[in-house]
Amino acid sequence: MTNPAPAGANWPAVEFRKVEKVYGEGESEVRALDGVDMRIEAGEFVSIMGSSGSGKSTSMNVIGCLDVPTGGSYLFRGVDVCKLDQDQRALLRRHFIGFVFQGFNLLARTTALENVELPLIYRRVPAAERHRRALASLEAVGLANRAYHTSAKLSGGQQQRVAIARALVTDPSLLLADEPTGNLDSARKVEIMELLRSLNKERGITVVMVTHEPDMAEYGSRTIVFRDGRIISGMN
Amino acid sequence: MIWSTLLMALREVKRNALRSFLTMLGIMIGVGAVIAMVTIGEGATQKVRNDVSALGDNLLVISPGAARRGPERTPAVPFERQDIEAVEREIGGIKGLAPTAQTSTTIVYGNQNWPSTVVGAEEAYFDVRGYKIEMGRSFSETEITAGTPVCVLGKTVRENLFGQTPPMGQRVRIKQVSCLVIGVLAPKGQAAMGGDQDDVVLIPLKAFQRRIAGNHNIGTVYLQTEDGATTAAVQAQVEDLLRERRRVQPGAVDDFTVRNMQEIAETMSSVTSSLTGLLGGIAAVSLLVGGIGIMNIMLVSVTERTREVGTRLAIGALASEVLLQFLVEAVVLAMLGGILGILFGLGMSYAATRGLTLPFLVSPGVVFGAFAFSAAVGVIFGYLPARKAARLNPIEALRHE
Repeated sequence: MTNPAPAGANWPAVEFRKVEKVYGEGESEVRALDGVDMRIEAGEFVSIMGSSGSGKSTSMNVIGCLDVPTGGSYLFRGVDVCKLDQDQRALLRRHFIGFVFQGFNLLARTTALENVELPLIYRRVPAAERHRRALASLEAVGLANRAYHTSAKLSGGQQQRVAIARALVTDPSLLLADEPTGNLDSARKVEIMELLRSLNKERGITVVMVTHEPDMAEYGSRTIVFRDGRIISGMN
Repeated sequence: MIWSTLLMALREVKRNALRSFLTMLGIMIGVGAVIAMVTIGEGATQKVRNDVSALGDNLLVISPGAARRGPERTPAVPFERQDIEAVEREIGGIKGLAPTAQTSTTIVYGNQNWPSTVVGAEEAYFDVRGYKIEMGRSFSETEITAGTPVCVLGKTVRENLFGQTPPMGQRVRIKQVSCLVIGVLAPKGQAAMGGDQDDVVLIPLKAFQRRIAGNHNIGTVYLQTEDGATTAAVQAQVEDLLRERRRVQPGAVDDFTVRNMQEIAETMSSVTSSLTGLLGGIAAVSLLVGGIGIMNIMLVSVTERTREVGTRLAIGALASEVLLQFLVEAVVLAMLGGILGILFGLGMSYAATRGLTLPFLVSPGVVFGAFAFSAAVGVIFGYLPARKAARLNPIEALRHE
């Protein structure tokens, strides 16, 4: 696999230039993102907040290269994502981005280890190395002893940690977390947030997290607030 | 990649073991039915061929009446003794010549009676048709020339009239003629074309003509050629001679038929093989139904696993990789079904051929073909669901409940 983004360049991790996302046409037109300018530097831990319909989820989808803007441009590590086709965006995700979802999204009836190995399968990593790296990743989230448990046998907090291990196993430069604590009780929330913070600090992974809980957003070094498709605070 | 995709597919099949098995069942029954039909059919064809050649492929059956069926059929003028003598005198390469005449009538012994076929025959008939004497004796020279009312019973007739009583020396009544039982034939079993070859009573031809039929007609004549003689050449000579003797005009349809057992064998095996093809074709339709079953389950599976597909796409799977994954799953299901079907079909046909005493002939072509066909069914019917999965929008798929 060729590396689709130039490595080592000193680009911001995420750069929005007048990004627009418009759904529908004419009277039913919805401007989910209305000319957003946003920069997130490599190594930052940014929280994104906003009420539902504010554009925060749409911007997450754009940042994660799952969606493309209808106007403006989005540079991921200096690469204009709007110019990439579907497969090239999939390769960007494969090589640079880790996802953590609110609903964990682990494969059912599959062991924690196999779940963590999944992204490596798409990267054509040989089985033995896959196994070793997945175990190391589970170790990093403190679940090495649960490697052979199926996801149904794990608690919510453990499942989310497996999901984080899955996102980490490829050594991504960007970790996107979409309400990662939304389905957890408060003790687990703190655990997950501490884990994300330590990954940001110790490995230098850029973390972008969407949340609607102010005390979770506190863990980030900066909070960007969306309203009606625009950023109202958090960008200087 | 293809290897890990295959492993993933196998894991998926195992994860839903019962559902996978039920899905495979369609293919399994389809493949099994095709293999069973074809294998049993080939066995039957072989049996027919064996049976007919057991009668001797150097046998000609000469009967009065034109071969062509239908309204223009010429009346079956019987042969005469002189015809037989002429054939014997003028044509070389003949090992045995057995003129017969026959009728269906009721055989009576005491208060028992049994409808059977009475054949007027001579000594050569036993050799030519392969009848052997089990008990007693066959006709003597004097009985044949004098037309003495004696008879030899087939096993079926004997059992039905006499039960456990020894029949030798008893008298049975055929029409108004009282006949002395002098022998019993060894059983021959079913004829190739059906019919019990043991349900027969043999009496000297002359006795049949004089006492039962009341004429001198000769019906079917069996002719056995010598080993080394060309049956077809003898057949041509017989046809020429009989045409001449029976004054068939040049260009007119023969008013008699000479059948070569070889031809009969071919005709009959071609009938059984086309029947085999027909049944195999019908069975193949169930394979199609099995394919639709796979498509159905794969569509359900894609819907159920929408979030999984979304996750895979988010993680960086290409649409083509998702397509391949679901396609491989469908093919694995179909091929496992195919393998089970082959075992099932071979088992069934083994049991059936044992039961019907047919030879068990496995055609590797059919087995391989059925396997390849089931894989093809997997590809064809797996493609649509796989494409559906590959075309999912990852954002919507991740939100799917």
